[in-house]
Amino acid sequence: MLTRSTKERLATLWVGIAGATTVLLAAALFTALFARAFPILQRYPLTALLFGTVWQPAKGLFGFYPFLLGSLWVTLTAMAVAVPLSLLTAIYLAEYAPATVRRTLNPLIDLMASVPSVVYGVFGVSVIVPCVGKLATFVQQHLPLLASEAPPTGYSVLAAGLVLALMVAPTIVAVAEEVLRSVPVSLREAALALGATAWETTRFVTMRAARAGIIGAVLLGFARALGETMAVLMVVGNVPRVPRSFFDPAYPLPALIANNYGEMMSIPLYDAALMMAALLLLVSAVAFNLAAQLVLRLTQSVGRM
Amino acid sequence: MRRRYWCDRIARIAMVMSVTGLISSLGALIAVVLAKGWQALDWTMLVRLPSGSYYLTGEEGGILNAIVGSSLLAIGATLLALPLALPVALLLQPDYAGRTRVAGALRILLDSLWGVPSIVYGACGFALMVALGWRASLLAGIVTLAGVILPLMVRAMDEVLRAVPKPMKEAAYALGLTRWETMRFVVIRQALPALVTVVLLAFGRAIGDAASVLFTAGYTDNLPRSLFDPVASLPLAVFFLLNSPFPEVQRQAYAAATVLLVSVLVISGSARLLAHRLSRFVVR
Repeated sequence: MLTRSTKERLATLWVGIAGATTVLLAAALFTALFARAFPILQRYPLTALLFGTVWQPAKGLFGFYPFLLGSLWVTLTAMAVAVPLSLLTAIYLAEYAPATVRRTLNPLIDLMASVPSVVYGVFGVSVIVPCVGKLATFVQQHLPLLASEAPPTGYSVLAAGLVLALMVAPTIVAVAEEVLRSVPVSLREAALALGATAWETTRFVTMRAARAGIIGAVLLGFARALGETMAVLMVVGNVPRVPRSFFDPAYPLPALIANNYGEMMSIPLYDAALMMAALLLLVSAVAFNLAAQLVLRLTQSVGRM
Repeated sequence: MRRRYWCDRIARIAMVMSVTGLISSLGALIAVVLAKGWQALDWTMLVRLPSGSYYLTGEEGGILNAIVGSSLLAIGATLLALPLALPVALLLQPDYAGRTRVAGALRILLDSLWGVPSIVYGACGFALMVALGWRASLLAGIVTLAGVILPLMVRAMDEVLRAVPKPMKEAAYALGLTRWETMRFVVIRQALPALVTVVLLAFGRAIGDAASVLFTAGYTDNLPRSLFDPVASLPLAVFFLLNSPFPEVQRQAYAAATVLLVSVLVISGSARLLAHRLSRFVVR
C-alpha cells in the first residue's frame, strides 16, 4: 500500500517525465531529419541545393528551386483566396451575427476543420479540377497572355490553391474571430457614439486594435497551407518545373516527399534529399508558427490594457 | 453621407457572401462525396478484404483491411498519446510549473509542434524506423500518429484544465489534499466531459491523417497479425484507389471516402454531443 506522499511523489515524477519526453520529442524530430539530410548538405553547398533548377536524382542533381517555387505559388494562391474570405467571415461572426446564427455557424466551421485532407482531395479531383480545366480551356482560347503552355487539364496551381483555401479558412476564421472578440466593447461603443457606421467602427477601431492578432491568424493559416500534403498532391499535377501561370501544374515540397518515398532508398543521396525537403518544411513551419505566436501574444497584452 | 451608407451596405453584403461561400463549399463537399459514394457503397465491401480482380474491376472485394487498419492505428495512437498528454497538460497548470517560465516555453514548443505538417512527422518517423531497423508496421504508424496528435491533445487539455474554477482547487487544498489528489479527485473530475471531447477530437484527427502513416504504416491487402505487420488505412485506400486508371475502381475510392467522412463526422459530432450531455455532472 502506497502512502499518500509516495503517490504524490510518483505523480510529480510522472508529470516531470512526460514534460521532458515532449521536449525530447521535439529535439528528436529535428535531430533525426538533420542527421538523415546531413550527407547531402555535406556533398553540395546549401545555395546550390536551394537555387538549383534541375531535379534528376539518378544523375545526382538535386535542385529544390522548382519545388520551393511550387510551394510558394500554391500557398500564395490559397492565401489570396482564403484571407479575404475568412477575415470577412470572422468579422461577420464576431461583430454582426446574432447569437443564434453564431451558434449554428461556429460548429459548422469546426466541422470544416475536421474533414480529413484526402476527402478535400476527392472533392478537388471530382469538382474543382474539372471546373478549373474548363476555365483554363477558355483562357487559352481567349486570353493567351494568362494561359499556360501545358495542356489545360485543370490539375494546376489554381486548383490546389482553391482546395487549400477551403482547408485553411477554418483555422484563420477561428483565430481571427477570437482575436476580434477580445477587443474591449467600450472601444466600439465610443466609435458608435461618435456617429461611425457599423462598418466604420469595424474598419477603423476594432480591426486596428486587433491588427497584430489578425496578422497572427493569417500567418498560422500560411504555415498550415505550406505543409498540407495529400489534398494538394491529388490536384496539383506534380510536374517539377517552375510554374509560370495559375493554370500550370506545380510540384510543392510536401508532394515531392509523399510521391517518392517508395524509390528513395534505391538511388544514392535520394533519401537524404527527401529528408532535406522535410527539414526545410519543418524549419519554415516552425518559423511561421513562432512569428504567429509572437504577434498573437502581443495582441493579448494590448487587449488587457 | 450617401457614400458612408453605401460602404456599410457593401461591406455587409461582402460578409454575408463570404459566409455563404464557405458554408456552401462545406455543403457541396459533403454532398458530392456522399452522393458519389452512396451509389458505389455496397455493404459487403465493408466486411471483405480486397481480393481477385479488385484493383482492376473494383469487384469482389472490399476495404475491410483499411477500416480495421485505420481503427487500430487511431485507437493505438490515442491510447499512446493519452498517458503522455494528460501529465503534460497538468504540468502546464499553475499547481505544477504554470507559474514558471518553463510552462511558457513548453506552450510555445507545443504550439510550434502543433503547426508542424504531418508529412514531416511521417518523414521523421521513417528516419527513426530506419535507424532502429524496423519495417513499415502498425507499431511505427501508431508511434508517428501519436506524435501528430500529442501537441493538439495537450494544448486542448491545457485550456480545459485551466477553465476549472480556482476556488474548487483552493477548497481541496484547504481540506489537506495533496496536489495529486486535488488533480485526481477535483480538477480531472470537473474537467472530465471536456477531456473526453478532446480525446474524441484527437481520435477523429488520427483517423483522417494520411501523410504521417504513408511511410510508416505501409499498405497491405491483409489484416495485421501483430504490431510488426504493415497495415492499410482508409485515407490511403482512398488515395490509392482514386489514382487507379479504371473508373470502376475509382468508384470504390468514393465509397471509401464516404466511409471515412461519415465516421469522422460522427466522431466529432458525438464528441460535441457527449460534452453537452456529460456537462450535467459538472459543478458550476
